[in-house]
Amino acid sequence: MGIDLSLIWAVIISFGVMMYVVMDGFDLGIGMLYPFFKDSHDRDVMMNTVAPVWDGNETWLVLGGAGLFAAFPLAYAVVLSALYLPLVFMLIGLVFRGVAFEFRFKAREAQRHLWDKAFIGGSLAATFFQGVVLGTFIEGIPVADGQFAGGALDWLAPFPLFCGLGLVVAYTLLGCTWLIMKTEGPLQRRMHDLARPLTLVLLAVIGILSLWTPLAHDAIARRWFSLPNLIWFLPVPLLVLLSVRALLRSVANNDHVRPFLLTLALIFLGYSGLIISLWPNIIPPSITIHDAAAPPQSQGFALVGALLIIPVVLGYTAWSYYVFRGKVRHGEGYH
Amino acid sequence: MFGWEALDLARIQFAFTVSFHILFPAVTIGLASYLAVLEGLWLKTKEQVYLDLYHFWLKIFAVNFGMGVVSGIVMAYQFGTNWSNFSTFAGSVTGPLLAYEVLTAFFLEAGFLGVMLFGLNRVGPGLHFFSTLMVAIGTLISTFWILASNSWMHTPQGHAIVDGKVIPVDWLAVIFNPSFPYRLLHMVVAAYLATAFFVGASAAWHLLHGRDNPAVRKMFSMAMWMALLVAPVQAVIGDFHGLNTLEHQPAKIAAIEGHWENREGEATPLILFGWPDMAREETRFKVEIPVLGSLILNHSLSEPIPALKEFAAEDRPNSTIVFWTFRLMVGLGFLMIFTGLWSLWLRRRGALYQSRPFLRLALVMGPSGLVAILAGWITTEVGRQPWVVHGLMRTRDAVSAHGVAEMSISLLLFVVVYLAVFGIGFVYVLHLVHKGPVTDEGLEPIPGGAGRPRTPARPLSAPEEGLDEGVPSTRS
Repeated sequence: MGIDLSLIWAVIISFGVMMYVVMDGFDLGIGMLYPFFKDSHDRDVMMNTVAPVWDGNETWLVLGGAGLFAAFPLAYAVVLSALYLPLVFMLIGLVFRGVAFEFRFKAREAQRHLWDKAFIGGSLAATFFQGVVLGTFIEGIPVADGQFAGGALDWLAPFPLFCGLGLVVAYTLLGCTWLIMKTEGPLQRRMHDLARPLTLVLLAVIGILSLWTPLAHDAIARRWFSLPNLIWFLPVPLLVLLSVRALLRSVANNDHVRPFLLTLALIFLGYSGLIISLWPNIIPPSITIHDAAAPPQSQGFALVGALLIIPVVLGYTAWSYYVFRGKVRHGEGYH
Repeated sequence: MFGWEALDLARIQFAFTVSFHILFPAVTIGLASYLAVLEGLWLKTKEQVYLDLYHFWLKIFAVNFGMGVVSGIVMAYQFGTNWSNFSTFAGSVTGPLLAYEVLTAFFLEAGFLGVMLFGLNRVGPGLHFFSTLMVAIGTLISTFWILASNSWMHTPQGHAIVDGKVIPVDWLAVIFNPSFPYRLLHMVVAAYLATAFFVGASAAWHLLHGRDNPAVRKMFSMAMWMALLVAPVQAVIGDFHGLNTLEHQPAKIAAIEGHWENREGEATPLILFGWPDMAREETRFKVEIPVLGSLILNHSLSEPIPALKEFAAEDRPNSTIVFWTFRLMVGLGFLMIFTGLWSLWLRRRGALYQSRPFLRLALVMGPSGLVAILAGWITTEVGRQPWVVHGLMRTRDAVSAHGVAEMSISLLLFVVVYLAVFGIGFVYVLHLVHKGPVTDEGLEPIPGGAGRPRTPARPLSAPEEGLDEGVPSTRS
């Protein structure tokens, strides 16, 4: 067959993970913004901006996992067992924050603060360990005989931990700008105030990562800084700078929608930078998507479903966001 | 940890997380269909009682769904984290099936759940009903794929082994493998039954506490109809499933029966009770009925069923466990049938909502469906051991190469977190059940309003009893 199924699947999985990052990013960010907002009604509003959609957002994470399992079982087995502990911690974080959505409104007044804490802690842990997973992945996963050959605590190193913190900043900014879009009044004003410092911190994080990664990995340095690649990839950092500038300006202008869109653009650029660095490896530093591919019977079978169904999924996801469009006010929800 | 190997810990962890998880989808499948029926009936009849019940069960559904989602995400990742050799070996079959589940079911449920929970005032009743239907259908599609994958591991076919890995050859054969139809029907019906008994017990609790109103009566009546009609059907499906297992996994049946050896030309008895002893290779203290084993499993008076000693010792499932979990499941099934029949008898006599002994039974039977599901799953999953993919891969070869320390930490974390989080969730569900359906939610509760008597429905000679006495106490 002339079609490169592995390539198509790599694109689909990359797309799924990106959808996850931009969509679950803002609802995780809301959890991490909770500590800045003590008022219970403010917290109700913040949670209600995402309550109807968070569950669909999180499904993209499962699609990423299932797609990997279907198309690249070797990568699924090796990467997931290499990242065992951080993934367990991430999952437990997701458990806490996921149930907090329902439990918080069902709890008596006296216990509600416990679910607030579960929501904060769960969001923070899930985000931080996603960043750690990402960082460990960039660092490279040792493989021997098709099995993970590293140690259980390989992820406990400066670079992955810094990536964890970086992702916390990124998701918090996403949550912040999402709330600028979805709320009004004093709550929205306070989000406006937070957006500027968060943007600057994120810019610093992006800057440090852009230096640290090529310095630590020759292959990544060669990918970016050899000609003609440098010219092809130059738009990425330039667009990052432009986006940051536009973001700061739109926050100063009290725009409602633009800050969120520009943050999405920033996240997308960072993500594409990551793909540029790692392509075509699915288990860095040396196992490519073709090495890890499932047999074509599997990739082809699953691809039929993916190509038919993903557009439909996007359609009704968009519809669901459309149904819940507009500002969220105090006292809304079904509880 | 207690001298266990990493393999034991991985198995305990998987059994623990999957046992917790399965309870939530079971209730989600049942309640989603129940909600669709309630909303459909409301749209058709415009009777308020259906909408009241819809709102009531929707809250319980939402808590349960949340717990199902988060425990399910853990499952999706555990194949890779804990069973990486299995994932490498069989991932090309189970991976695409899981991907189809996510694509066709998870997104459908998640996409329409928001509208279902929050959207009645935003999209209008027609589209809202459509969303409820989509969620209900999503739960069933999800069951379809996950059971296709699980059944393939029990009765694999449609594949080839190339370079020590499974390669799918015929996807229709993989999906519609021999045990799949039985397993799928058995599970869906089990989910409906478990939900029916949970709903019935909730209503029985309110009736026992004197909270007799149309909504409570309606849900009790619906639950008991479900029990009456579906419990016997489940017994028939179970029987067919058993015959199918005898054909494809005879060692499992021998273990379930605690049946160790056949004597030439003799029919197999049915052992009612006993203690299968794996070390002594016999079932001790047994109480048996001659010939009945052959009659039930072979529908024959003479042909024996395979015995455990016909299999090598390392290929035998643990009979002590499955012998008892199977009997627990079947025993509960008979109790369910009995409950259904009794409800019919009481209904005919017009005493369904008054008979306290029956209401107590219905209350006690509340968890019976979930217990039966757990017992059934233990039977089928322990019964396939020592194989993870029957005849192709042993469980001990499937596990990831993690150290005991990692496995202990993660197991401990999962146990503590699950017990805390899902324990509290369970308390919230009971709390919601305790509140009971609110009548006329969203409508102005005007005393003496439409359909309600403004004056006491009794002679005026007893006015001292107060105006509200004659009105059924609907807002307890």
